Parts: sequence; structure tokens; C-alpha cells
Amino acid sequence: MARLNVNGRVVDIDAHPDTPLLWALREQAGLTGTKYGCGIAQCGACTVHIDGEPVRSCSVTLGSVTPTQKIVTIEGLSPDISHPIQKAWLELDVPQCGYCQSGMIMAAAALLAKKPKPTDADIDEAMTNICRCGTYNRVRAGIKLAAGI
Amino acid sequence: MADNAVLSRRSLLKGSAAAAGAFTLGFSIPFTEAQAQAATPEVNAWVVIHPDDRIVVRIARSEMGQGTLTGLAQLVAEELEADWSKVSWEYPTPGENLRRNRVWRNFSTGGSRGIRESHQYVREGGAAARIMLVQAAAKEWGVPEGECRAAKSVIAHAPTGRTVTYGKVAAAAAKLEVPKEVKLKPASEWTIAGKSVKRLDTVDKLNGKQVYGADIRLPGMLNAAIKACPVFGGTLVGFDAAKVTGMPGVKKVVQVDRRTVAVIADHWWQAKTALDALPITWDEGPHAKASSETIAATLREGLDAEQAFEGNKAGDAKGAIASAAKRVEATYSYPFQNHACMEPMTATSLWTPEKCQFWCPTQNGESALAAAIEASGHPAAKCDVHKVHLGGGFGRRGRSDYVTQAVLIAKQMPGTPVKLLWSREEDMLQGTYHPITMARMVAGLDKDGNLTGLHMRISGQSILSGVNPQGLQNGRDPVVFQGLNPGGQEGPFGYGIPNLLIDHAMRNPHVPPGFWRGVNLNQNAIYVECFMDELAHAAGVDPLEFRRKLMRNSPKHLGVLEAVAKGIGWGTPSAPGTAKGLAQIMGFGSYVAAAAEVSVSNAGEIKVHRIVAATNPGHVVNPDQVAAQVEGSFVYGLSAAFHQECTVKNGRIVEENFDTYPAMRINEMPKVESILVPSGDFWGGVGEPTIAVAAPAVLNAIFAATGKRVRSLPLKNADLRRA
Repeated sequence: MARLNVNGRVVDIDAHPDTPLLWALREQAGLTGTKYGCGIAQCGACTVHIDGEPVRSCSVTLGSVTPTQKIVTIEGLSPDISHPIQKAWLELDVPQCGYCQSGMIMAAAALLAKKPKPTDADIDEAMTNICRCGTYNRVRAGIKLAAGI
Repeated sequence: MADNAVLSRRSLLKGSAAAAGAFTLGFSIPFTEAQAQAATPEVNAWVVIHPDDRIVVRIARSEMGQGTLTGLAQLVAEELEADWSKVSWEYPTPGENLRRNRVWRNFSTGGSRGIRESHQYVREGGAAARIMLVQAAAKEWGVPEGECRAAKSVIAHAPTGRTVTYGKVAAAAAKLEVPKEVKLKPASEWTIAGKSVKRLDTVDKLNGKQVYGADIRLPGMLNAAIKACPVFGGTLVGFDAAKVTGMPGVKKVVQVDRRTVAVIADHWWQAKTALDALPITWDEGPHAKASSETIAATLREGLDAEQAFEGNKAGDAKGAIASAAKRVEATYSYPFQNHACMEPMTATSLWTPEKCQFWCPTQNGESALAAAIEASGHPAAKCDVHKVHLGGGFGRRGRSDYVTQAVLIAKQMPGTPVKLLWSREEDMLQGTYHPITMARMVAGLDKDGNLTGLHMRISGQSILSGVNPQGLQNGRDPVVFQGLNPGGQEGPFGYGIPNLLIDHAMRNPHVPPGFWRGVNLNQNAIYVECFMDELAHAAGVDPLEFRRKLMRNSPKHLGVLEAVAKGIGWGTPSAPGTAKGLAQIMGFGSYVAAAAEVSVSNAGEIKVHRIVAATNPGHVVNPDQVAAQVEGSFVYGLSAAFHQECTVKNGRIVEENFDTYPAMRINEMPKVESILVPSGDFWGGVGEPTIAVAAPAVLNAIFAATGKRVRSLPLKNADLRRA
């Protein structure tokens, strides 16, 4: 049994400590907004925040996360789609199929938290998520809209 | 926390039994018993209007990101004279379509056909509903129908000043006869269609609420991980279930079919972990020694073969080339590629001795239903599919192999819902791949540099041979000639060449082919447009000018090419270190062109700075969504051009994940300018055609920048370092 702090709540997870955090969140905590795409930290669809850092949850084991570390998933980013990134995404109709967008949004939110006015180079460096529909230019525009640049 | 994703068993069974009604299959909307009981009668098959004026438009085609859902709703709402802010949507089920004599017609969502194939009848559906609503209001008021007008969901009778909203008369309208013939508005009078309204499906994609196939949860549901023989044509000999049955959560190890085994467990991660540990014996079958090299040798042989299927012929190409002042020849090749949808294949099935229900992302609800009927052993009336949004489709989810598997697995757990989810590795190894082809291009130029003859010999795989052999025409696969046809609405060749022969030596390797977004248009555009560039250089003529002469009788092909030439500043000096390239093609009913500006560093690194696209799809239903498709098409096409290749070793695909099969990321993404030039006289598709011009525009620009002609993809294999 592992105890996690997810979206401000204490969640007890009954799973093997080797289970990737991604699957504990999806299957035990019922938070399916965080997606499985590759399982090897390549695509970023599973991005969540741990203590504010963007992390690929497919490659973090349940056993390596402590009960005091604050995990935020897409479901906990805001209660009402009010995060500036979510608002910008809505304004620009960024998602196509949307499957990668939970991870995209979490990566973008973490970027803005660190760099409120990111440069294009900052965006290139932080946003390494894969989108097969090809929303990249709108992702970039969305980050800039949210940052007010 | 995610209760909206959980359906109670009761509502699930109730839903399956619900008649037309307003049963909502978009799982993002919580489904309750009360809603089912309060089902609002439809006005007609396409339109449901609630008493509070909410409008639900039925959408038969699948949404996989391409925006078809919103576009189709716009078309219905336009003729309905609806208040767009009140419009939402739902998917009818394929089983319901069957029961109602296919009232929603085709569910297939591929070939960029979603809107171009159904715009007429969905608009007629909207118009018919509007007429019925107006009739109902007129009847209630006792006034002539002709004196009433509908706008923004309100019916008004000017002489008496009376008004009523759609919601108030919808129940009465539903009782009227559906008019047989309706008149549609000309596009010039559109107020909802043709506008960049916001997508109807964005909100739930921003907060994790959108339920994809991989997210479905049903009470008591188990999860399955699956492995099919990695060598195509191989079979499953056996497995040692005892080695894994004691592992956490494992419920059962099952043979799915003659080549496939699955582990069923409480949770998917447990199932996958056990499957990875399961000792499996395969019979690798007759292709265990096949490799990329053996396949390439087969295709090369086809380049010179006597027998070939003709696709386009005029005059005497071989004779003209033999007597030409100058002969130009080049051989191109295009690899296998996997669709690599972000969401791996998945389907959830509940099988009981009485019926079979399943939930899945599919590009073709009806063929998924057919697959489930066959696998379940139940009659059609006892089966139904509930569609969910796709985490990418790109053609892969037009196949129903994963649906068949899910049903075969659930059949071994009667009464228990089982969700099958492929791992990324399984998805990469069990694809239906972009067909592999080569092309030998041979041309003759006269002494003035005019193109007098062209022979294009395609050698390689036929998709129809693999997926739909009955679609072959006396052995010939018409799909091979996309964009190269002598005429027709789908993909006519844009060049007028006096002596022309385009033919295909069919060589089918054992790797299964499939429709991959853009299909054969992708490599055909590369072969033709890069070789045209080669010919222009051989003739010493500007590539745009060279094409102009050959496209005199193809004004629409030329129109989009001229548009991108203007957009990129063709003929003006490029920025230092950069160079430009052009390409055009016609496919999926639309004319497209691209112009790219690239630079290549001394170390051989390519950067695409800008890409300009022009599209003439005839009609544009949502300009912003067409622009999104154009941008996305460049990503799909350039990912393929730069990075993607599935190679074969020991009969199986080598690349198993995004580390060896990379996709383009944001740092490689060029600025995209999308020019729409709809001519208003036809309906074309936009989800795919632009992909085809992405690579040749960039390849031609690379030649302009470096003098090196890359004829084999992907570009990662090309050495562009300066000597």
C-alpha cells in the first residue's frame, strides 16, 4: 500500500511498488486524464507535476514517490479550466484528437510557472511532447497567449 | 473523481436497449437512468431538440481530431437555422443504423470523405427538420406556413408578430411527416457553415474528462494485454500459463486466435507484466528470414518487369523517350511506416451468451460491428458498438483487428467486461503499414528542353491486395494510382504530357499494408514532383516555369501552385543560406500545393524555416479547422519524411517505440502559412492531401540548397554534410 498526495488529496494505492505512477494514477486512483503513449518517457502524454516539476509518470515507480510529494494531474490543474494555459488552449482550439493534450498542458503549465515569459528556445526545450495530429504551432501560440507575449 | 467515466451496469444495459431516443454515447456526458427515461423524441434522424431549446445533432462519422464532428454539425445547423450556441452532438450507434435501415448512411471515416461525401444529406436532414418545426408552429397558430420564417432557433410570424422557439414546437414537429424534397441554401448565404466557429469537442480535452477507448471503465471490468506472433504469417504454438498465473492480479491466460495470446488481469499493468514474463513458443512461419534487403530486391526486380498494370497512358512514352534529345532517369523509394496513433489500439467488450456489447474508438463503426458480430457468434441484432473519440486514427482504426481480438477475449470471460489495450510495442509490431514502393522515373526532353515522354514505373505493394482483394480491378489496384489518374474527381494527374505511361508492377511483401493517412498520394507526389524538379533542372528551366507549360489544361492544379509560389516569394532571392522548393498534387478531391524554405548546415542538419500551403477544397465549412488540418498534415508528412521508417529483420518489424521511430517535435516545426482558395464548384477533402506535398516541397528545397537529390526516405538516412 502506498500513500500519495494527488491534487491535494491523500490517496491510498494498493499496487506493487514497481508499478509506474502512470498506471497507479489511471487504474487505482481513477485519474484517466493522464495518458499512456509509449511507456518509455518518449512521448510525454503521461506528464504530471511532482512538486511542480514536469515528470513522465510512466517512468517513475510508485515506490519512489513519497507521501509528502505533491502530485498534480490534469484533473487537478484547475477546478474549472481557469488555468491560463487551459484558457489559451480553449481560445485557440489547440487540441485535435486531444489524447496528447493532457501532457502538453501539464508541460506548458510547468514551463510558465518557471518562466512566465518564455522565449521560443525555452518552448522548444521544455515542450518535447509528441503530438501526432500536429498541433505544435497552436501549442506554441497558446503558451504565448497564456504568457501574454 | 472520474465518476463520469464509469457507467453503471444498469444504465449500460438500459442504453443498449434504448431505441433511437437521446441516448448519449459521448461518455463525457454523465449518463443516468433519468436521462434515458426522459429521452426526447427526435425531430428527424439528424436532429433532437429538447424543450429547453438545446439541440443535439447526430453525427455518424467518427471524430479523431480532424474536426469533422464540428463541421458536420455546422452544416446541419446551417439548414436548421439553429442558434449555434445551443448545439451539441451525439453518435448514433452502428447497431441502431442497421435497425433503422441505415438512416445515417455511411459511418466510415477515412479518405478525407467525412464532409465531402455526406454534406448533401446531412444538410437535407437539417433543412427537413427546420421545415417540420415551421410547419408545427404554423399549424399551432393557424397561419400559412409560407408566412413563417425561422432564424436562430426562433420561428416568427411577421403579420401577427408571434414568435416561438424550436424547443416549444419540437414535440409537435416530430409527429409530422419528414419532407422528401428540400431546397438547400447556396454557400453564399451561409451564416454558420463557412465560418471559423469553435470546435464542439474542446472543453473535455483540457481537463482530462474526455474518455477515450483506453479510459473506459465498467463495473467489474478486467484488463487484457496482448501479444501476437511478431513475425507476420507466424502462429502461436503454445505458452506456459502456469509460470504467470500466480502473479499479482492475473485472472486468466487465453489463446485469442491462431497467432495471439492474451493475459487478463485486474489491472492492465499487471496483465502486461505477466505477459512479458509469459514463456511463449511461436512457429515463425514461412517469412522468418525476410528482411528489408530481401523486400527491396523484390521491388527492384519489379522496376524492370514485363508485366505491369497500366494506370495512365497517352501516346507512346517508350518510343518518345527512345528518340528524345536527352534522357533523364531516376529511381525513388518509400519505406513502410506505422501510423503510431498516440492512443494504442484498444477495445472493451462485454460478452454474454445472449448478447455482445463493445466500446471502442473506430474509424468505421459499421465494420467494427461486423467484426464483432462475426467474432461473437451472436446475430447482428444482439450486438452493438458504442463509439468513443479516437486518440488518433490516421487510417489505422479503419481496421477492426483489435475489435475482433477484444470480443474473442471477452468471450472467454462471459459476463465480465474486459478492456483490451495494446502496448506501444504491440502497436508498432502489429501495424497495417504504409505500403512500400519504389518508382523508376524515365523521361525524354527535346532539344529545347520540352518534356516529350514520361514513363513512371511503380513497383511494390498494393493496399487492396492486403485489405480488400475484391476491390481489385482484374488484378489492378486503382489506389496505387492516386493523383496519377487520367481523369475523375478523386485524383487526376495535373500534367499534360504527350507521351505518358504510368504503370505498376505489383510486388506484395509479407508485411501487411494499410491505409495510412494520405495513402498512395504520399509517395506518388514525391516521385512526380521531385522528378519534375529534376527535369526542370535538366532542361535548365525554372521549376515553376517548367510546370506552368505542362499544366495549361489543369488550371486548378496550377492555381494552388501559383498561390504558394506567390506566398513563398518564388523568384525573389532567398534569405542567405536558405533555398526554396515547390510541389503540387490533386488528391482526395482537393487541389493542394506547398512551398518550403529550408537551410542545410555544413553538418548536414536540415531546418525548414517556412512552409506555405494552398488548398482548393471547393467548399470550406470551417476555415480555422481546415488550417488546423493543413498544419497537422505538415507534421504528419514531415515526421514521415524526416524520421519514420519501419525496417524488417527476421520477418518482423524492428522499430518498437518512439525512440527508434521518432515523430517530429515542436522544435522542428516550421512556420506554416495556409492559403485557402475554394472555387465553390465541388467538394473535396482536407484531412489528407496536404501531407503529400510536404515532403516533395522540402526535398526540392534541399536540392536547391545543396545540389543533392535525396530519392530515398526517410531523410535521416541521407548524408547532406558538405564535403
